[in-house]
Amino acid sequence: MKRELPLMIVLIFGTFMAFQYFVPHRISSDLYQEFNNWTIIIGIFAMVVGIGSLISLHYNRIKFKKPGWGYSTVTIVCLIGMMSIGLIGGTENDLFLKLYRHGLAPVTSTMFSLLAFFIASAAYRAFRARTILATLLLLAAVVVMLGRVPIGEILTGWLPRPLQFSEISNFLLYVPNTAAKRAIFIGVGLGVAAMSLKIILGIERTWLGGEGRK
Amino acid sequence: MKIDRRWIYLAIGIVVFIPMLVYLGFPIRVTKEVRSVYERIDSLPPGTVVMVPMEYDPATMAELQPLAYAVLRHCFSKDLKVITTSLQIEGVTIIKEDLEMIAAEYGKKYGIDYVFLGYKPYPGIVILNMGENFRKPFPRDYYGNELDSLPMMKGVYNYSSCALILNINATSGVDYWINYANGRYKAPLAIGVTGVMVSDYYTFLSSGQIFGLIGGLKGAAEYEKLINHVDLACRAMDVQSIAHSVIVLFIVIGNIAFFATKKRKKSI
Repeated sequence: MKRELPLMIVLIFGTFMAFQYFVPHRISSDLYQEFNNWTIIIGIFAMVVGIGSLISLHYNRIKFKKPGWGYSTVTIVCLIGMMSIGLIGGTENDLFLKLYRHGLAPVTSTMFSLLAFFIASAAYRAFRARTILATLLLLAAVVVMLGRVPIGEILTGWLPRPLQFSEISNFLLYVPNTAAKRAIFIGVGLGVAAMSLKIILGIERTWLGGEGRK
Repeated sequence: MKIDRRWIYLAIGIVVFIPMLVYLGFPIRVTKEVRSVYERIDSLPPGTVVMVPMEYDPATMAELQPLAYAVLRHCFSKDLKVITTSLQIEGVTIIKEDLEMIAAEYGKKYGIDYVFLGYKPYPGIVILNMGENFRKPFPRDYYGNELDSLPMMKGVYNYSSCALILNINATSGVDYWINYANGRYKAPLAIGVTGVMVSDYYTFLSSGQIFGLIGGLKGAAEYEKLINHVDLACRAMDVQSIAHSVIVLFIVIGNIAFFATKKRKKSI
């Protein structure tokens, strides 16, 4: 029963959600709304499980003084601190907003801005014209990099329009890029549909964990 | 030839810092995908309701905040009524403050000219539910007011009450807007995404699922140019121009060194 019940739930709700899209009736729409609300509630429980797992992982690191246990202490203190301040004073209270503006915001901005330096260093080391394909990649990268900023306009603005970096860059984004992305998206879409069907019909059971094995 | 990566970091640091101090005003050419968003918004009569959901956080703020400012300035200057949500938790406070700041610039009043619905978890489900009725996921707005108590929300039920949706998004949540808001509810949709995301969405532009695509700072700078309000994005394009040129220069140096080394090895 531990296996059959979840499989039954997936079959019923999966089939309903797939077919309700094609049933323009009030009952179908109301049920769909209700199930969407359930999804949010189930998701919130998953968040509780996630927070529990995070605390347990970092607690064990601190307890056994594993490498990097200091960072785990920071994680737990920040998690509990922010959660407590938010729960007690609300998300509009002064301390909560100060911690957000002067703690979280600068930290995340700094992390993201460091990317520019790493990308510059990686581009210098990776873009080498070793083969024909690597040369094509290199040329495309250079054209798009310059064509997407005004300097491209200054460098090639005097050339006939089809030869300007901005035009070539647009062509690369609109034609080869779109063709490749669309092929990938269609492949992914078909894969998702096939996998969903396998889960709904109970052919794919790995999501059940250890109990799911036949 | 090996250049210590710290020299590269230093060079990038310098070329990012100097253009921030001096505005060079490089020319900006407006692309058709940005112009189509501008023209669509510009053609709306005053009082029309538009939806501008914004999902960015401090990490992506540098790229998308200038775009949000430009779009909000355009909407408020045209006397459009704006509904906003923020389905990314880290950005809610920033987005609320951005909205309030630009609304104050144009003397707009909350509940009459704009509404901030705030955050709810699980963007996919929230977007689907808003397609039925905004009141389902958001019975109250961010400030705790009942939606029906806000004059602007009278007669505004779902996406069909909005002339268009312009989603400014730094997350993969933009896919939900395309799949559900446009795919399921047929809402006219345009998107503004970060520079690294933009190549993923040209396919939706050419298929007509989105009517406009504003990519990163470049897109924001184009929009600033269109509304005739030079601000953060146009200034930042100088920085980006020079930084990109320096990266290309490093690539060229690397390749020259690569071929020189190869030639030397062959001759030995």
